[in-house]
Amino acid sequence: MHQLIYDPWPWYVAGPLIGLIVPALLLLGNKHFGISANLRHACAACFPAGIPFFQYNWKKEVWNMFFVAGILVGAVIVGHLFPAQGPITVAPALASELAGYGITDHSTLLPQELFSWHSLLTLRGVIMLVGGGFLVGFGARYAGGCTSGHAIMGLSDLQWPSLVATVMFMAGGFIMSNLILPLILHL
Amino acid sequence: MERVQQAVTDQHKDTDFEVRSLDTICINESAKQHPWWHNFKYLAVGIVFGIVFVKAEIISWFRIQEMFRLQSFHMYGVIGSAVIVGMAAVWLIKKYNIRTIHGEEIVFHPKKFNKGQIYGGLIFGLGWALTGACPGPLFAQIGTGFMIVLVVLLSAVAGTWTYGFFRDKLPH
Repeated sequence: MHQLIYDPWPWYVAGPLIGLIVPALLLLGNKHFGISANLRHACAACFPAGIPFFQYNWKKEVWNMFFVAGILVGAVIVGHLFPAQGPITVAPALASELAGYGITDHSTLLPQELFSWHSLLTLRGVIMLVGGGFLVGFGARYAGGCTSGHAIMGLSDLQWPSLVATVMFMAGGFIMSNLILPLILHL
Repeated sequence: MERVQQAVTDQHKDTDFEVRSLDTICINESAKQHPWWHNFKYLAVGIVFGIVFVKAEIISWFRIQEMFRLQSFHMYGVIGSAVIVGMAAVWLIKKYNIRTIHGEEIVFHPKKFNKGQIYGGLIFGLGWALTGACPGPLFAQIGTGFMIVLVVLLSAVAGTWTYGFFRDKLPH
């Protein structure tokens, strides 16, 4: 029991639990699993600027805000009640490559060398944090959804446009991680 | 009466075909009106999701890099088994016409293909590998104490806004 709580959960526990969120949301209130829409609701609520794309009744979608607030609360609960013990296991090949860029801290889920306020003062940090966030927000809306909306909900409903989107998500990730990220990490 | 009128107006706005056809994800199909505190159901589901995100290290930048460098099976196992469970659930709901806990019929919408899924998908993937996070994990990363990810989140909102601004000029 102690191990189950403190050790990282294997994929065959986490995956099915995430899959069950699809029927949970449908059964609780006809809601389709998707997260990136809340970024759009944030725009609609705060900076609609007369743009038609942001002129809709976002208040009807407020359930989505509660859902992401839950994600935040869940993460806070884990962090306080049953935090991970010891450093994160990193694949040896990745660890040695990252060490070449000066990234050696494996104590938390995100490398402190990249995800810190200090990093925001470097070109590398700005590209990764500001640029990366922008691409995530822009791309998710352009594609009509993110990994939850397309890869989980869309594929669960056998929607082939979602398969196209998911394949492109992966293609973008492969290109960035293998071809572009090494150049950025060198900065 | 006024409330009915409001509901009719809202529905009219929400069925804006142009917006909906490109964005059927995460559209609220429920026509039922509930008091606001009913949203705590979704908060509860979110909490479970957040706990899984952190405990299975799905929000870890390291795990995402391992996935895209084919150094670990973990993320493929997570996404793959989630999709299989989701598929089985949707199939069961459709086959047995299962309704919501409020007795409403569950509605599915066919997604329309457009080039956005190609271009947008590629752009999203680039950002995913940079930040090590999709929109959901961003909130979990902040929850675990990485306040710097607030910058990533704000930037993602800015990206979404920019898409909305240039939407008519982009190929779809």
